[in-house]
Amino acid sequence: MSRKPTFAAIAFGLAIGFAGAAHAAWQPAKPIEFIATAGPGGGTDNFARAVQNIITKYKLVDQPIVVVNKAGGSGAEGYTYAKAMAADPYKVVFGTSNAWSQPLVSKVAYNYTDLTPIAAMVQDEFLLWVKQDAPYQNVQDFLKAVAAKGPGDFKMGGAQSKDTDETLTRLIDKAAKVKFVYIPFKSGAEAAVQLAGGHIDAHVNNPSESIGQWKGSTQRPLCAFSPQRLPDGPKVTATQNWHDIPTCVESGLAIPQFQQPRTVWLPGKVTADQAAFYVDLMKKVQATPEWKEYIERTSQTDTFLTGDSFSKFIKEDIERTRKVAVDEGWLISN
Amino acid sequence: MENLEALMHGFGIALSGNHIFLMLIGVLLGILVGVLPGLGAPNGVSLLLPLTFGMQPVSAIILLSSMYWGALFGGSVTSILFNIPGEPSSVATTFDGYPMARDGRPSTALATAFGSAAFGALAGVVLITLSASWVAQVALAFGPPEYFAVYFLAFASFVGMGGSPPVKTLVSLAIGFALAAVGIDTVSGSVRLTMGIDEMVKGVSFVVAVMGLFGIGELLIAVEEEFHVKAISSKVEWREVFRTLAGLPRYGWALLRSAAIGCWMGITPGGPTAASFMSYGIAKRLSPRHANFGKGEPEGIVAPEAADHAAGTSALLPMLSLGIPGSATAAVMMGGLMIWGLNPGPMLFVEQKDFVWGLIASMYLGNVVAVVLVLLTVPIFAALMRVPFFIIAPVIVIICTVGAYSVSNSYLDVMLMMGFGVLGYLFKKLHYPLAPLVLAIVIGDKAEDAFRQSMLMSKGSLGIFFAKPLVTTLILLGAALLLMPTIWRTIGRMMPRPEARP
Repeated sequence: MSRKPTFAAIAFGLAIGFAGAAHAAWQPAKPIEFIATAGPGGGTDNFARAVQNIITKYKLVDQPIVVVNKAGGSGAEGYTYAKAMAADPYKVVFGTSNAWSQPLVSKVAYNYTDLTPIAAMVQDEFLLWVKQDAPYQNVQDFLKAVAAKGPGDFKMGGAQSKDTDETLTRLIDKAAKVKFVYIPFKSGAEAAVQLAGGHIDAHVNNPSESIGQWKGSTQRPLCAFSPQRLPDGPKVTATQNWHDIPTCVESGLAIPQFQQPRTVWLPGKVTADQAAFYVDLMKKVQATPEWKEYIERTSQTDTFLTGDSFSKFIKEDIERTRKVAVDEGWLISN
Repeated sequence: MENLEALMHGFGIALSGNHIFLMLIGVLLGILVGVLPGLGAPNGVSLLLPLTFGMQPVSAIILLSSMYWGALFGGSVTSILFNIPGEPSSVATTFDGYPMARDGRPSTALATAFGSAAFGALAGVVLITLSASWVAQVALAFGPPEYFAVYFLAFASFVGMGGSPPVKTLVSLAIGFALAAVGIDTVSGSVRLTMGIDEMVKGVSFVVAVMGLFGIGELLIAVEEEFHVKAISSKVEWREVFRTLAGLPRYGWALLRSAAIGCWMGITPGGPTAASFMSYGIAKRLSPRHANFGKGEPEGIVAPEAADHAAGTSALLPMLSLGIPGSATAAVMMGGLMIWGLNPGPMLFVEQKDFVWGLIASMYLGNVVAVVLVLLTVPIFAALMRVPFFIIAPVIVIICTVGAYSVSNSYLDVMLMMGFGVLGYLFKKLHYPLAPLVLAIVIGDKAEDAFRQSMLMSKGSLGIFFAKPLVTTLILLGAALLLMPTIWRTIGRMMPRPEARP
């Protein structure tokens, strides 16, 4: 036992030395697990794998990284797992805004305060989509048609229940004084196929969820829920690209902004140094050309919120979601 | 004929030394992950995915889909030899495959399974080739009411077939539905039936349930009934493999019917699992040897295997043309497609002809490669049956434990799996059928979602199930299948029997 202090002292000295050399207070010493809170192939999974590929390609971390899918319970499985892994800096959780919105509306066993926020790295956009051969050419005509039918006769599809898609649907209800019936599906891709088949009347998919269908002329976007038009780029169809789609505000639907952040978290109770290491790592990832390529391919908007700006964003988003949840009676009583 | 031309072009792409090599590697890796505990095709494919980023998309998809074929074949091996289905779709193979293998004919069981699987896959690819351009449109006709009708049909064809007392079937079915409901509900977003265990929010994994119900349950029975189990002295004979293959045409009608069911369920969103159960159920009802089903009847292997592979193959079509993955593995491959810069969707067939037809051609070649390779491995796998029980039993426990744990690295799953083992044992002892329970776990929540989506659409009116010709036909067909045994029995009771069946 008497040798232990000596050993500890040497280890301490070595640690200081290494830390000094690496210009960071903490470095991972064993393999890292990336937890995607969605199934393989979904937006969150692609996000986690894109980050993993970039880190591996540029050797930004010496340790191997494994992506694990914990998609159960609309992502609750992954967050609950992270909560149980408190103080373990080798579990990195990849999710969306459901980290904080899901605990508002369903009795899951975690809250976002159980996790350590690292960053929001991308904002995925939302558009209003209708079937290709639908009679309406713009948002105004569309909303008139919705209003002309009885409440609950116009079917809006979306991914999951009481998540972003349904929240946005209810915001449209309010802004345009109409009433959609919302049909929840397992994913946006499923909603897109249902729209192509004419089983629903509209959905509010992200660009990447419906780009193939738009190209194939089964459905088209009416407007984008963003403050400015989406960035210019190559043509998606023969005549149009994302930039040609008007914003919803400019076409008379007063919802200036609705986005879904893709977020990165550590379990709770990690040290400030450990959190700082991952913030720094994500910044490096974002500076690569592969990241730009990922953003463009998925037609998302680049962003980097961390620290206070991230906390502020979460608070604002919670307020907005809570308002809808209160009106709809979704709020769970805690 | 435009399609045939495109296919020939596709063969030109797929038939290069490089691609054949990738197919061999893919199939071998696939068989490996199919047979090994807890790996499974989705995991195997996602492990391999990063290696494909530098490749041409067509080479990458050939590698991954070959792995998929290999894993599909490999998955049947554990179903037949150890009663542990690796994939939901190979559950029905255990019903007759396992009894036959235990009977000392593992080579026959494996060869029958592989042979009919290859036939089913071939039927699926031929269908894709001939009708790629328009068949995808069929899937678009399926909204929530039609989805529900398809699941109803699958339940009806399997459940109505009798064998067990209806009450026991109903109990088994109800337990399955309850298990399928655990976790977050898609339609309301609320948490159900977690019994205060936080982790249960993820729901009950199929793999966990099946490893316990079948693997451990069967083991408990074996320990009790025949502790002295002798190792099965199966003769490993090549001739047996060939004789079995040569004998397959005897089941020509069953093969054709099963492949047709599979193709149909693959294109419509029923999927391979529903297809294999449905095909087994129908085969059992129509076969002259129906009394022998469940005891090692070859037709009971032919039907689910041919349907499973036909559905698995033709399900790739909706994935490519509509962007809906039909299975977990397909979902991983679709993620790959996006990473390679291709968007699954209606335009893929127009914009990426080389890719699509290269893939279709590789499906022919990949399946041929896969079936040849698995047939070569039959003697090796069959030899496993000669290992004495006291060695194989602990191995099965390890396989099930590792398999359950690796679903989501959770000890809770291991405990659940053991619990399911006891449940499986009790079911067997009390002569409750396991199949309805498994079917309800696998497609129960999908059926429920579809039903409630339909109710939202119709504001609660059941009339939506009779609103269009397609959905009405499906529902009536299901009802007919459900009621037929009862009607037949009633008629049979009223009429004097011409001869008594042994």
